[in-house]
Amino acid sequence: MPDVQSMVAEFVNKLRKRKIEGSQATAKCTVELLRSVISHQRVPHANQAAALIDAVKAVGQQLVAANPVELAVGNVVRRVLHIIREEDLSLTTAAMAGLDLLDASDDDDIDNCKGIGYPAMSAAVVAAAARSTLRPPSLQTLLEGTPESATVPYTSSSGADSESKSKSADKSSLTRKLKHDVIEGVNQLIQEISGCHEQIAEQAIEHIHQNEVILTLGSSRTVLEFLCAAKEKKRSFRVFVAEGAPRYQGHLLAKELVARGLQTTVITDSAVFAMISRVNMVIIGAHAVMANGGVIGPVGVNMAALAAKKHAVPFVVLAGSHKLCPLYPHNPEVLLNELRSPSELLDFGEFSDCLDFGAGSGSLQVVNPTFDYVPPNLVSLFITDTGGHNPSYMYRLIADYYSADDLVM
Amino acid sequence: MESRRNPRAVVDPKVRQVGFFTSSQPDSSSTQQQTEPISASASASSPPVSTISPSGNSLSPVMIPPPRLNSSDTFPLRNAAAGATSAVSPSSFSYSNRRDFPDGSTTASPGRHSRGSFVKSSAPVASSLPGIGMDSMAAAKSSSVPASGLTTVSVVTMPPGLAENASGMEVQSDQKKNSKSLKEKTTKAERRAIQEAQRAAKAAAKADGGKVPPGTSASLASTSVKVAKPAKPSTQKNEVAVSAGVTEKKGGPSEKDRKKDAPHPRMQYDDESRVVKAKRRAVVKQTEAKNRVELFRHLPQYEHGTQLPDLEAKFFQLDPMHPAVYKVGLQYLSGDISGGNARCIAMLQAFQDVIKDYSTPPEKNLNRDMTSKISSYVSFLIECRPLSISMGNAIRFVKNRIAKLPITLSESEAKAALQSDIERFINDKIIGADMVIVKHAVTKIRDGDVLLTYGSPTAVEMILLHAHELKKKFRVLVVDSRPKLEGQLLLRRLIKRGISCTYTHINAISYIMHEVTKVFLGASSVLSNGTVYSRVGTACVAMVASAFRVPVLLCCEAYKFHERVQLDSICSNELGDPNAISKVHGREDINYLDGLTNNANLQFLNLMYDATPSDYISMIITDYGMVPPTSVPVIVREYQKEHLLV
Repeated sequence: MPDVQSMVAEFVNKLRKRKIEGSQATAKCTVELLRSVISHQRVPHANQAAALIDAVKAVGQQLVAANPVELAVGNVVRRVLHIIREEDLSLTTAAMAGLDLLDASDDDDIDNCKGIGYPAMSAAVVAAAARSTLRPPSLQTLLEGTPESATVPYTSSSGADSESKSKSADKSSLTRKLKHDVIEGVNQLIQEISGCHEQIAEQAIEHIHQNEVILTLGSSRTVLEFLCAAKEKKRSFRVFVAEGAPRYQGHLLAKELVARGLQTTVITDSAVFAMISRVNMVIIGAHAVMANGGVIGPVGVNMAALAAKKHAVPFVVLAGSHKLCPLYPHNPEVLLNELRSPSELLDFGEFSDCLDFGAGSGSLQVVNPTFDYVPPNLVSLFITDTGGHNPSYMYRLIADYYSADDLVM
Repeated sequence: MESRRNPRAVVDPKVRQVGFFTSSQPDSSSTQQQTEPISASASASSPPVSTISPSGNSLSPVMIPPPRLNSSDTFPLRNAAAGATSAVSPSSFSYSNRRDFPDGSTTASPGRHSRGSFVKSSAPVASSLPGIGMDSMAAAKSSSVPASGLTTVSVVTMPPGLAENASGMEVQSDQKKNSKSLKEKTTKAERRAIQEAQRAAKAAAKADGGKVPPGTSASLASTSVKVAKPAKPSTQKNEVAVSAGVTEKKGGPSEKDRKKDAPHPRMQYDDESRVVKAKRRAVVKQTEAKNRVELFRHLPQYEHGTQLPDLEAKFFQLDPMHPAVYKVGLQYLSGDISGGNARCIAMLQAFQDVIKDYSTPPEKNLNRDMTSKISSYVSFLIECRPLSISMGNAIRFVKNRIAKLPITLSESEAKAALQSDIERFINDKIIGADMVIVKHAVTKIRDGDVLLTYGSPTAVEMILLHAHELKKKFRVLVVDSRPKLEGQLLLRRLIKRGISCTYTHINAISYIMHEVTKVFLGASSVLSNGTVYSRVGTACVAMVASAFRVPVLLCCEAYKFHERVQLDSICSNELGDPNAISKVHGREDINYLDGLTNNANLQFLNLMYDATPSDYISMIITDYGMVPPTSVPVIVREYQKEHLLV
């Protein structure tokens, strides 16, 4: 599959050169790439899910390594892995149902080859295993204590494979079935990612009231759609946009807001504190949401969050589900950040002679980070495509989307 | 000097209080005893004898430690600043080159940009504010249209008369309502009370006669002018404001004093009648911004950069304006001089020139005439750019000195005395104070420190350079913000001196704050509730610093303290050029907002100042030592008198 390889290489290159901007675009590209990886992946008769998982994981590792700061890539890879596991499991349980039926009727004519692990395992064990793979770690699974549960059905299925060689034709249809289901699931994920704006924007009317003054910073399509949705529902309100200094994303957002007819005021970043006392709500789009409820957003967000906290202004974060990251942050300001070129802050030439780090005294460093971390205690509310959530609830929400085995790739 | 002291000692307290509209004197009986020693000590301390300089405080009701700016500190420094500049080491980075601002220009000024915008100070100033800010349309709209109809109409460019017509019924009804309510407020009796009070004051002045007429009459004049001018039927609001002050006169001097303690209300630019009136007087014809920010209707919002060429052309025609003042005004307007201290010094030096060239017109009194002249100059300067609080304090000082000139002095003597007074104010209160601040602050810098500063505060720059001279090893983080990017200028100067720096913008402040050990900030003013009024963004820096448990040290000269209080950054502020926001200097790729500047839905808000709550400030370093923000009102109260009597 040279074409897939080259596609992966190309995408990795793009990520490395930071050609793709925005977590949504990155997420979308990643899913599409993974879909083609899956569809090109030749699946062995036995243990197909494991093969798919390995293939996706291998690609995912490359992608994550290419841009470790873009957490959306890892999130999406984990989501795809989760889909594979789920589809596999649902096939297994369907087989179980077939198996039960088989046991009950003791009839060989029934198409029994769906069962992957039926010869070696009792239905109860498979069911338990199925539960543990399907669900994120829960109290029940901990109590039942099935070790290595995820791998049990696959290893046993190899035994089954030898037994049911004669039914290879059915097998191939089965593998196609799994792949088909997985691709189906990935397509759903793509739709979910591209449709998350609308899902989030639908909730706008519940949060924005008449005559409200809203502060936002950075340029986020989600925020744009959110505000416009409220505007379309005949709510009139003003928006303060902080310009977002070295990248001036705020200018971009202001332009689009004005084009949609919203009352927009552009303020300097330094005026955030001065204006916050007249602001009713701060709405920002997140770059990523961590499992502890912390938010990684455009640079300057922490300042706005602190100011909002000081004035008891609600600080609302909009995030599509692809931004939910199952990792807990450690020193995220530094480790999950990215320093951009100093040329955005200082003209080249003016200070270039001082930008020599070797020189001891009189040397100049320029710091131009891209992201900012907002600790969970400063966030009032998350609005995702599944509704509004507290920061303290994010870990649970995240557990719905990812399986525990994939947290470390 | 002593000759001037003597008559004052006999001054009738009642009369004296008329003159000092801003001083915080306690009731009449104690005033005499209390102010006298202080003034004596102040006068004594001016020649370099003073071993007793702090002694004046021993009589004051609250005991606070003597000012650190005592004889041993000030005099060498002042002498150094006044005379040979290089004699004392700190002076090498002092204001020495700043002194020649008036003749010059951009080269001297780049560093000091922290601007002050307060339209503060005395009533004549406030009432004569330039009011090109808004026309009737503005006020009418702001009052009658609910906030939902936020569309800013661009009618505002019309000449005032036209606009008034255009605004039609709404305005009229509004005005009617306004005037009605005002009338209700000022009853006939009250107005009569005002007149009576004026008459009484005049009579008292006459009766007092021989001994003290100069101070009295001048001060009286200033108040009576203050009262009479606005008390025209057309602007009843003024009358209300003034009557509040004047009617109290009957209740006794102490009552009135208390009233005068409270700062005068500032010009509100959504008050149409005053705006129209002020506009008529204005020299600088500012054009209003088309797309104003609704929240800031009460502040002047002008088109920037349009009136400068016109004013420059008029430079040689403008008779009533002294060229020195005119030049300073233009420099304010163009932004060549910025920064609280630099602006203040430039203004005071212009006033020195004015005084030098002054000659009393026939049949006029020097004190009265000069006060009114200064007032007119001040209102011109306000038209160019709103005053900073420090400038307000300085103007108050100058006017006070003029009012207190004894009549016995000849004109040339009086002029010389005034000039030396102003000189002393510059040297003691600004240059000397900075030296003392540097001395204090340097003790707080240790080896290995990482110091953060924001913008380009002059005092902090002096501290850093001095600490570097003392061979302390530290690193400086310069935080900057759009649109002025003053930090780059500071950065260049620091690097030239060999200090290692890190440069970043204000958004990255929480990224950088981890490594910071101390934050040094400057201020345009410190208000008496401890709020720090400073370059916009200072509040953000202080907030993030306190969130990261980093101490925030604020450096501010005591002459910038003011008894006004403020809670937010919106009630009083200065608005900069909105176009500076839409255009990003040096980044041609950022052009999203080109062509949208006249869109009614889009406004640009370029705030100049913000108010930092006092709980973010760990310590204020001032010329009276290192104090907590809670001590500011005490300093204002206790040293205000000394301020006036320098």
